[in-house]
Amino acid sequence: MPLVEVSHLVKQFTRGAGLFQSGTTVAAVDDVSFAIEEGETFGLVGESGSGKTTTGRCMLRLVEPTAGEVRFRGENVLAFTRARMRQARREMQIVFQDPYSSLNPRMRARQIVEEPLIIHRIGRRAERRARVAELFDLVGLNAAHLERYPHQFSGGQRQRIGLARAVALNPSFLILDEPVSALDVSVQAQVVNLLMDLQQRLKLTYLFIAHDLRLVEHICSRIAVMYLGKIVEMGPTASLFAAPQHPYTRALLSAIPVPDPDAPRQRIVLDPASVNREASLREISTGHFAAV
Amino acid sequence: MSADPLLRVDRLTTVFDTPRGALPAVDDVTFEIRPGETLGLVGESGSGKSVTALSIMRLVQPPGRIASGRVLFKGRDLLTLGERDMQRVRGAEIALIFQEPMTALNPVFRIGDQIAETLVVHGRAGKRDARAKAIDLLRSVRIPDPESRVADYPHQLSGGMRQRVMIALALSCQPSLVIADEPTTALDVTIQAEILDLLREMKSALRLSLLLITHDLGVVAETADRVAVMYAGRIVETGPVRAIFRDPGHPYTRGLLASMPGGRPGERLRAIEGTVPLIGELPPGCAFTPRCPSRFEPCPTAPPPDYPVGVGHEAKCYLHDPAFAGRPSAVGGPSSALRAERDAAR
Repeated sequence: MPLVEVSHLVKQFTRGAGLFQSGTTVAAVDDVSFAIEEGETFGLVGESGSGKTTTGRCMLRLVEPTAGEVRFRGENVLAFTRARMRQARREMQIVFQDPYSSLNPRMRARQIVEEPLIIHRIGRRAERRARVAELFDLVGLNAAHLERYPHQFSGGQRQRIGLARAVALNPSFLILDEPVSALDVSVQAQVVNLLMDLQQRLKLTYLFIAHDLRLVEHICSRIAVMYLGKIVEMGPTASLFAAPQHPYTRALLSAIPVPDPDAPRQRIVLDPASVNREASLREISTGHFAAV
Repeated sequence: MSADPLLRVDRLTTVFDTPRGALPAVDDVTFEIRPGETLGLVGESGSGKSVTALSIMRLVQPPGRIASGRVLFKGRDLLTLGERDMQRVRGAEIALIFQEPMTALNPVFRIGDQIAETLVVHGRAGKRDARAKAIDLLRSVRIPDPESRVADYPHQLSGGMRQRVMIALALSCQPSLVIADEPTTALDVTIQAEILDLLREMKSALRLSLLLITHDLGVVAETADRVAVMYAGRIVETGPVRAIFRDPGHPYTRGLLASMPGGRPGERLRAIEGTVPLIGELPPGCAFTPRCPSRFEPCPTAPPPDYPVGVGHEAKCYLHDPAFAGRPSAVGGPSSALRAERDAAR
């Protein structure tokens, strides 16, 4: 059984609705299905507006989906009561892109990491303090900086604080929404390494939402490509990069700037007319699906 | 290309006045751009690359100010021009393209009117033919259906189309130098590719020189002829694009290239340790010293000068100082450190 299974997920937003008009409905997420196996890093890629972030948020019910199912260890998360959902969030956590806006500026680093423990009534004060120190060590932060405020940390360190908070409750599943794209180039690799270390040490399963395809290729075992709310291609990373099938995937892969001045450049420009919006995913090779 | 440089930035220092004193955001920076050349200026946030661009245009706002140096454009020092003359240079001779076109375009005017106004102000068109010229410009940056798009407001366009309008606006007065500051950073990767193609095309069609400021080494590899790498306000390495990527001379450049994903999937990345220093908290000597895997005795003492590394290729790193070559030291001699690092990178 997969750890997480998303089936026919739909999220519609209404646009332009006012007092006397009903507005138009836009499907940000349009019948999306995928499954993530325990211990794997599953990549969800696509450009802005493709629906990848909304998909992630729907899975934790930070945004309520319009239809579909999200099964976690076989149970439908979307049918959970508030109390059951709160419990489920111990197992499923999210790390946001921007470590500048996602940490409360008025709380000390220690409080930020300790807060989930307090909310879930875990441990006494002394135990919680010990756990926070342990978490600081786990993500490579200096315990001497526990009482500092977020603005006193660099971007990379702030993302470490975000990670310490996310793993405080021993979750099994983490949604990483563009976790390094706001960071300086020279510190991105540190945080990527930390993510890979944490996954091994804590037996984590990742949904990695990103637009940086080089990074996705490096750390994900499988990838789904989203385009205008739909998954247009999904498969093992190596297979998808070696033999992209969907015209959008081909255009996307050919657009990655390669850090090699001698790399051959063959730009494939997407012709929107070549995309069959009605096509459903079919298996091209083992585990590799494309909507063509 | 042995022609005189179009632009020569000579020992430019731009400081920010703070209660703690004048902090150098751009520290003794020298580089040049030849006619028709694309120079990629690479650096992370806070490295001083945008302040360098603003200094060239004399658009640095207080508490920032240009403290010393020269900006020689076609042989004239822009820093000594009167404000009127400088205004004629801006736009007409040197144009600037920003990361977020929404901040550079006026939201309450139609894009055609904004282009037409620029043309009229710089005397490139009369009031009657300005609109037709604006449409031509929109067509030249391949905006579909320019006759009707000319009447659009900026918010009616997508990010990629807005950046095309910015490019049309920048090219409207036929400048000889375009400074593009992270022109594609806010765009999706497929749109980024289109805009870079367009910039390249425009550059060769109009024989422009381009100063491309970016943090993305992939963008630089695809676009630049030469590269200057900035770290903590200083240019630490300059050279032809191939030399920079094939045989980088500064440990920072090597570290950046080595840290990019691309090796075997799932392998740990070769990260640069530590964080980018803040101006005002710079270590003495080479600012990269605390993070440098090859540091040795002279590094913390004084900022290193430029050492030749190859043809037209220089690096500010004591590893290339013949005086230290082969000399053993406590942290391993420079040559052994260099060798070890090169081996590690392979």
